[in-house]
Amino acid sequence: MNNKMAILGEGDSVLAFKAGGVDAYYATDREQAKSLLRKLAKEYGIIFITEALATEVDDLLKKFNQTPYPIILPIPSGSGEDGYAASKLKERMEKALGVDILFNREDK
Amino acid sequence: MARLNVNPTRMELKKLKARLKTATRGHKLLKDKSDEMIRRFSVLIKLNKKLRDEVDSELASVLKEFAFAKGHMSESAIENAFMMPTAQLDISCQTKSIMNVIVPSITVSQSLSGGIYPYAFSEVTSEADYSVKKISQVIEKLVSLAEVEKQTAMLADEIEKNKRRVNALEYVMIPQLEETIHYITSKLDENERASITRLMKVKSMIAERQK
Repeated sequence: MNNKMAILGEGDSVLAFKAGGVDAYYATDREQAKSLLRKLAKEYGIIFITEALATEVDDLLKKFNQTPYPIILPIPSGSGEDGYAASKLKERMEKALGVDILFNREDK
Repeated sequence: MARLNVNPTRMELKKLKARLKTATRGHKLLKDKSDEMIRRFSVLIKLNKKLRDEVDSELASVLKEFAFAKGHMSESAIENAFMMPTAQLDISCQTKSIMNVIVPSITVSQSLSGGIYPYAFSEVTSEADYSVKKISQVIEKLVSLAEVEKQTAMLADEIEKNKRRVNALEYVMIPQLEETIHYITSKLDENERASITRLMKVKSMIAERQK
């Protein structure tokens, strides 16, 4: 698999990643993000995607969970995290273990 | 539980017994697999949570710095400053197997960060310097988070699938086989008793006639 990294985001904040050697791509709406993601999935090993966009294309992301690569990682954007990644984490934990072993302490 | 639709013969009984044996053994093995996967998963998910928290806070601070830098500089200057990578993270993407689940495994073989900024200091604010410097460190962490998160995702899927298999064996397959075996055995016993009584009857009838 390809050893390249890409970032897909909606704002300028993705520009910062360029300095770290990550290729930056922009998408503003759902359809654009989807088609871009499909294209990037063939070329890159790791794709970072901002949480706001990840929420939009959630159904597409599920498909990529079948194979080891590409890895699509939701990351918080400039405006901070919106809980998408945390909710995914929780979902997986409940799926596998049936109980929540990490977050329940914080809720109380 | 419904029993299987088979003829009550010795042949079938033998086949079913073999199937039951296989099913029981398979059930035990899958259950063990499930236990081990869950153990590994709980380790991974804790690591995942830790990394995720770290990345969230670090990335937030980097992006804040970046936002400051962007506010202070012109559009073209910022383009120039961030166009060229200062650090190229050399990753190699491989796969490994956790309990027969093929998951990604990434090794960061070499990270070139020499503190060389690809721009003149005169046109760039110090915030930009910081964010350029920090971003490469954050990306290294992001890569390991990506690896762990994918591993947990795939493992969670596999655990769920495995759980279904275990349940199907435990609550459908095995009771069905047991019930069918019981049915065939009682049917065969019944036949045997019937033939014995018949023989006894025939014998007594012959004895009667010979008198």
